Amino acid sequence: MFLRTCPFFLDYYIIFMTKITYKNYQGNFKTIDVDNGLSVMEGAIQNDIPGIDADCGGSMACATCHVYVEEEWFNKLQKAEEAEVDMIDMAFEPKKNSRLSCQLIVSEELEGLTVTTPAKQS
Amino acid sequence: MIKTDAIIIGAGPVGLFAVHQLGIKGLNAVVIDNLDKAGGQCIELYPDKPIYDIPAVPECTGEELTKNLIEQIKPFKTDFYFNERVDEVKQDKNNWIVKTNNNNEFTAPNIIIAGGVGSFEPRKLSLKDTEKYEGKSLFYSVKRKEDFKNKNISIFGGGDSALDWALELSKFSKITLIHRRNEFRGAPHTLTEIKKLENEGKISIKTPCQLESIEGSKDVKSVTVKFEDGKSEKIETDIILSFFGLIMKLGPITEWGLNMNKKTIEVNSKNFETNKKGIYAVGDICTYPGKLKLILSGFHEVALASVECFKRAKPNEKYRFEFTTSSKNIQERLGKK
Repeated sequence: MFLRTCPFFLDYYIIFMTKITYKNYQGNFKTIDVDNGLSVMEGAIQNDIPGIDADCGGSMACATCHVYVEEEWFNKLQKAEEAEVDMIDMAFEPKKNSRLSCQLIVSEELEGLTVTTPAKQS
Repeated sequence: MIKTDAIIIGAGPVGLFAVHQLGIKGLNAVVIDNLDKAGGQCIELYPDKPIYDIPAVPECTGEELTKNLIEQIKPFKTDFYFNERVDEVKQDKNNWIVKTNNNNEFTAPNIIIAGGVGSFEPRKLSLKDTEKYEGKSLFYSVKRKEDFKNKNISIFGGGDSALDWALELSKFSKITLIHRRNEFRGAPHTLTEIKKLENEGKISIKTPCQLESIEGSKDVKSVTVKFEDGKSEKIETDIILSFFGLIMKLGPITEWGLNMNKKTIEVNSKNFETNKKGIYAVGDICTYPGKLKLILSGFHEVALASVECFKRAKPNEKYRFEFTTSSKNIQERLGKK
């Protein structure tokens, strides 16, 4: 959680952030504070995390923001809707714990989430 | 060499509207696209999905939007070059020369790149060394179904293409349909038909499993699939068909000397020109401060770019801003007078 001061107004506004860890297939990782409300995909794009392409911009139309979610987290996440599972069929090497990161919305419940990017996206 | 006022690369919604914006200003254009039809992502990725943010159109699908745009630009009788990819862009004084992989050459003072996220290509199998089978025993699309008569065919994928071809080819070949999960995604009647053929023994369905290896030397002899429970099975195979949708590749655009930012082209937001005079980028492929990847943003971008196109195509004429509601010139060009 972070407290930010807004330069234009005197009062404070609060932006809640959540720590998300992005791991690549070789095991290297980076932990980023992502604004709540953004998707895990947007968190990666805004912070130049490699391994997530997101060609379609988050419209669930390309499967190039595909990630693997560790099992304990996978079960905690809201279940993928049908359209997402259909799209994961198209992803590079999908597994049981595959998700599209554009559909994972960051909130405090996700504090500490780790996602692993596949060897490639297409 | 074909001469025109503007060469539009990409026949998605923004490329189509570019024809309109140029056309009402009295400019000719050609459109080049790597796909076999107009529509771009709207047609390839979400033809049936509703779009809700086209101004004054509360709801329409990607297909309807494309159909209406094509209707809107009919008066301009524009030439489309489909199944062609622009490979080379060269400068020739004040003009640009564009060469396609089909050896067509165009020249114009303006190029509008409305290329989305690049050109679509089939997503290939992730196994190593599959290229050697490509075009011989491994295919990502079916061009002539006669080539697949009396064969053992293994089809990978769970979507419409996989299901439709399984049905069609089962008429004269032995089909194995392989998918990573038990659910298929297709029209209900297709699914019923597939089930029926499975019961009759004409189609064999393997789920939930994925491709583990391909055996063969010059040609494919068999494929091995691995089930979720860890078991493997070898399937005698002459032909592999793989249907895992399309991916988008930027391709040769990166070699044209344009300032790129990740996978997008940097433009100014005054006329959406790139760092090269007379080359514009509009729609999803361009970037500038505040850029939104919306269809409506692309429409705006191409309207402004077309003004600059006019100035370069007709340097001796003064550009006069006109409304379609009142301009006799525009109405004539639209065939309304």
